[in-house]
Amino acid sequence: MKLIAPIFQVTLLFCAFFLISATPAQSPAGYVIGDVAEDFRLRNVDGRFVSLSDYKDPKGFLIVFTCNHCPYAQLYEQRIIDLHNKYAPRGIQVIAINPNSPAIVPEDSFDEMRIRARQKKYPFAYLFDEEQKVFPRFGASRTPHVFLLDAELKVRYIGAIDDNPEVPSGAKKRYAEDAMNAVLRGEMPFPNYTRAVGCTIKKNP
Amino acid sequence: MKPVIPMRFRPICLIIAILALTTPASIGQNYVVFDSIDQLQSYIEREKDATLVINFWATWCKPCVEELPIFEELNRMYDDQDLRIILVSLDFKSQLERKFVPFLKSRSLESEVVLLADQDVDTWIPTFDDFWDGALPATLVLNGKQRIFVTGSFSSVEELRKVVESLKAETPRFRSPVTCGSKLAGQ
Repeated sequence: MKLIAPIFQVTLLFCAFFLISATPAQSPAGYVIGDVAEDFRLRNVDGRFVSLSDYKDPKGFLIVFTCNHCPYAQLYEQRIIDLHNKYAPRGIQVIAINPNSPAIVPEDSFDEMRIRARQKKYPFAYLFDEEQKVFPRFGASRTPHVFLLDAELKVRYIGAIDDNPEVPSGAKKRYAEDAMNAVLRGEMPFPNYTRAVGCTIKKNP
Repeated sequence: MKPVIPMRFRPICLIIAILALTTPASIGQNYVVFDSIDQLQSYIEREKDATLVINFWATWCKPCVEELPIFEELNRMYDDQDLRIILVSLDFKSQLERKFVPFLKSRSLESEVVLLADQDVDTWIPTFDDFWDGALPATLVLNGKQRIFVTGSFSSVEELRKVVESLKAETPRFRSPVTCGSKLAGQ
């Protein structure tokens, strides 16, 4: 009988180890397709606060988590501008949100955002998630990371803008654009979730 | 028979031969380019006897670059047979000569470096972890069927070593299938 206790303990220990290592990483919390996005109120580069409810009769919103410093975000910058120019007249606005902590990346401070927006003549709102409360709600993890909302603020697409970060004209799949077209037609986008390489969002500890 | 190289020149030849064999490895950094995920997967398969640490990084990713010394330090802590580190760069292949190679030369990394140029990221990212959405850096620690996927940077080599050791500790025992609970039920 004396043997049983150690065997019991060792087995338990093994099982504990096994369970720990077999458990996949936690799913990042955040919206899933079909969730209704909660409105937010964040400061824009023009100094004013912006909420989704400020827009009259929207057909949708393309929320783009992006920033100044990330080379991947920079590669997509012109494409984000083009998407806004193409889809804002049809009712889907781009809203860019910088989720990064300037304490970690000084290039992503509010002042630097203002400089960037002016230099590049951003036609859309470029908001600062200063308290870092909005990006976790969406479940944004990287820049750039887009979330397409429909007229009822239901999340319809999450992921990449297209499948070619380096050469815009070389993209075979234009995910964000296809998804916006689908929403404008009143259809469900497919795919509605894609993965892409990007810079991790810099969160305050 | 007359020797091709006279005896007195032989020591010099030997030195030249040794130099020729050893210097290329110390100049710059070797790397392999994989155009498809399948090539990388079979490369990883080959190493299945060791604990593998696969770090996804890029020269443009600041936290990734800052984290590299941690992997280098880990590399020095283990024998090659026990632990292999593969630094998988997601840099653009078109910037290989302009950015990637000069970066490697400036760092002279000891760990293995691979450039993965498979553009179909939406397909290959989940093959490493279901919940990874592509944010860099990210690290996969593999040992047989055991795996731990970590997103974001390690703050110290100790933190990384703990993850590695949590797998290494159980390797020999878990090679044979163990069903949790079966032993308990039998007691």
